[in-house]
Amino acid sequence: MSGVIQRFMHGELATNIVGRPKLWYAISGALILFSIAGLLIRGLHPGVEFTGGSVFTIEGAAKSSISQVRDAVAEEAGGTPIVQEAGGNWRVTTHPLTPAEITAVQANVATDLGVERTQVNAESVGSTWGGDVTKKAWQALVVFMILIIVYLSVAFEWRMALAAVVALFHDLIITAGFYAWSGFEVTPATLLGFLTILGYSLYDAVVVFDMIKEVTKPLNENSRITYSQAANQALSSTLVRSLNTSLVAILPVAAILFIGTTLLGAGTLKDLSLALFIGMIVGTYSSICVATPLLVQLKEREPMYVKLRENVARRAASPKRQARAAKTADGEPDDDADDDLDDEESPDADAVAEAHQTVVKVVQSGPRNQPRKGTRSSRRP
Amino acid sequence: MASNNRSIPNPVRTLVAFFAILGVLTGVMFLQGSPVPKLGLDLAGGTTITMTAQTEDGKAAPSEQMDQAIKIIRDRVNGSGLTDAEVTKQGDNVIVVSVPGDRDDQQRIIELVGTTAQLQFRQVLVTGIGASTLVPEEQPTAEPSGSVTPTPTGSATPSATPSEKNRALSSGLAALPTATPSPAGSATPTGTASPSAEPTATAVDSGEDFSKVKDEKVIALYKETVCTPDGAKVAGADASDAEYVVACEEDGSYKYILGPVAVPGTEIKEANVSAPNAQTGQTGWEVVLTFKRDGTAKFGELTKKANEAYVAAPGSPESQIAIVLDGRVVSAPQISNGAILGGTASISGGADFTQAYSENLAEVLKYGALPIQFPQDKQTVSQISSSLGADQLRGGLIAGAIGLGLVLLYCLWYYRALGLVAMASLVVATGVTYVLVVILGENAGFRVSLPHIIGLIVSIGITADSFIVYFERLRDELRMGRPLRSSVEAAWKRARRTILVADMVTMLAGLVLYFLAVGGVRGFAFAMALTTLIDLIVVFFFTKPMVALLARWSFFSKGHKWSGLDTSELHKPTPTAFRAAKRLEA
Repeated sequence: MSGVIQRFMHGELATNIVGRPKLWYAISGALILFSIAGLLIRGLHPGVEFTGGSVFTIEGAAKSSISQVRDAVAEEAGGTPIVQEAGGNWRVTTHPLTPAEITAVQANVATDLGVERTQVNAESVGSTWGGDVTKKAWQALVVFMILIIVYLSVAFEWRMALAAVVALFHDLIITAGFYAWSGFEVTPATLLGFLTILGYSLYDAVVVFDMIKEVTKPLNENSRITYSQAANQALSSTLVRSLNTSLVAILPVAAILFIGTTLLGAGTLKDLSLALFIGMIVGTYSSICVATPLLVQLKEREPMYVKLRENVARRAASPKRQARAAKTADGEPDDDADDDLDDEESPDADAVAEAHQTVVKVVQSGPRNQPRKGTRSSRRP
Repeated sequence: MASNNRSIPNPVRTLVAFFAILGVLTGVMFLQGSPVPKLGLDLAGGTTITMTAQTEDGKAAPSEQMDQAIKIIRDRVNGSGLTDAEVTKQGDNVIVVSVPGDRDDQQRIIELVGTTAQLQFRQVLVTGIGASTLVPEEQPTAEPSGSVTPTPTGSATPSATPSEKNRALSSGLAALPTATPSPAGSATPTGTASPSAEPTATAVDSGEDFSKVKDEKVIALYKETVCTPDGAKVAGADASDAEYVVACEEDGSYKYILGPVAVPGTEIKEANVSAPNAQTGQTGWEVVLTFKRDGTAKFGELTKKANEAYVAAPGSPESQIAIVLDGRVVSAPQISNGAILGGTASISGGADFTQAYSENLAEVLKYGALPIQFPQDKQTVSQISSSLGADQLRGGLIAGAIGLGLVLLYCLWYYRALGLVAMASLVVATGVTYVLVVILGENAGFRVSLPHIIGLIVSIGITADSFIVYFERLRDELRMGRPLRSSVEAAWKRARRTILVADMVTMLAGLVLYFLAVGGVRGFAFAMALTTLIDLIVVFFFTKPMVALLARWSFFSKGHKWSGLDTSELHKPTPTAFRAAKRLEA
């Protein structure tokens, strides 16, 4: 196993992500500009569901050629139908047809290509239907945003809600930009993917923020480390977790994408999973590299953390502190398992420890070989 | 249990209870019928029509009107023998009609369901040649504007005893408001000679009298309107609240300016077909209308006025009343035989009036006008054959199997034996989902469609995330040198909060989407919310007790190399390490 995988397996990928906000913002800014440029220059390619049109899926005509299929449809429908091959079936898109025309096309295709009448599937979408879907999607987006900001503000705090929502928009814009540049069609299924990204992107941010909250909770003006450092430790210790959860979430989506593109050709499966696939990758990045640095910058403005920063800077070299820190380096096993969730036990200590590679092993590891602890009172700061 | 704390739940008891409940549910599933989920039409094959109501700038349609519309559509569908069809409402203003099975009568279903059948009786004010290309000499005499005559009042069922005076209201019923190519303006001499004068020579493009029309815009629109043989609708012709409308004859032969709606189609009580009958002298198929009480009075008034105009000046536009169906004038007969006060009238036509046609028309009329409009450009129709549906189902299941397999492999690789717990949890979650889906299908009419399947597959990852959060916390605790048994509880306490908060977010997303979206989005959202719930249940009542149980094994508690909890691999921090770290920070 290579070093990185080895470290990954042991859950110890250390980074200083919070310390380099400019780098991440630059990357994200560039991506967002690129995406917006794509949206402005090329725009999104609306699928037939948004422009209105009729789609025929013809089964069992694998032997026919593209031109045969096109002619069979065009004879009755007129215009120049777009023909795609999709997993052994033909998918033909035309301008919107009336029910009578659809029936005529189906009959004509059946006779021309020698398939059963029922093997010519027809879908027809009114020209303004997609507009309604889009409107609904925006409605859902706005309502969801409001609810989620309220919820996260209650569950965490408003700064976390804000950071999470900024990251969310970041994900949406970049995913939309990907669609603009790649020229993939946007269908209702794609929108659905976009909306799901919302949920997932936040899920990811919540997992990270939860850890940050826990690590930074005991901080006060006289703590040993600044908020940024504490957040970075929390992030480092949760990084593997975050990558893990994302990877596990992406795997099934990748499976759908694979099946959707190979076995079934174009369709709901592909549209939905592609949006999800891109969105999840971007979402993983953003919850770690955008939401967290942003949160830290917001938090560092709070008077308490400003003071803390000054204090830490002043006492950075104080040997007394470090001696004391050494004593509290270990969490205190919670033998009396009471259900008090707020029973914190200086979790930043272990976070720091696992966040750095330069550690020297002194004590033999193992459950029975714990370092000596002082009394409870001596551990209180 | 050798725990020194009573508040820790007994994992064995929890597991036993969990499986007991699952067993009961499974039993219910088998007792209720086939243990197979009900499939949606996109997987089983069938025709789905989604219609969106036309409302003022996207406001929600009034729910009474929507319910009435659903009832009307249901009546129409059931009345036409499509008994297994389902008509459901989605969101505020969407109606979905699903007809299962492979069929090639898609067109008929659409006609049945999609036609708004806005029938109106209006006073004709101005009439003229429909197409500017039509020169007067070539005028089709296809439309003997027949006469509406009173059927004898008191006849119980007008269809059974059609009066012999029942004359053609019109023979120009070229087509229902569908797109069947209508006989374009060609003359179809009918069997019934029209007693009334034709507004032919009188109605030339220049000779109209607009004195009755108090709206310049309407006159301008009328002047520029060119009717086409395919029965294109003039914009705004079906506005029920407009004072004046411009409309075309169905075959494009005439154009009209009409007054306000005198009798709405909702006032029709009965519409029956009456077969040709040599004894009564009825030569063709007819549709006999019976009006409701209000409608009878209104129709009486309308015909009275028209008849007075006829007496004053035969052939004047005001002597005609227009029967408007979906914004097209079906016919505009002259009222030459006195007012019709009995509340019944019949519509007849020539060769176009086949049995099927008149039956269809009667059905459309009987089930009345839909109270709201469902314009065709806001409609989606999808027809999927059972074989294509089976393909989609197979694709979804394969994707699900691959997805599940990949996640299981990853968990095993990363968490070793602990991955087995994740694996068992996922399998249990899959089982719970399956049982619930079947039970919902039996009791709540839940149908599995492709978006559901995708939603379920996507949720595999989100479910597995909960285990990962817990396992990672467990490893954290172990890293801190805590013995496994107490780590299980301590880690759970911390992981529980993360899992709850994160799942709440997914739940919110699912619920918002479910209540605001329509169609496939809704199914997807439902699946997402359902699996989130199942995820919580499984993590709380299966995964955690399972880990607690396994912690008793020395294989795990001693941190065997393959247990996934090997503390030597977990890199335990030490005070020295901590100091080194601190120095770097400074």
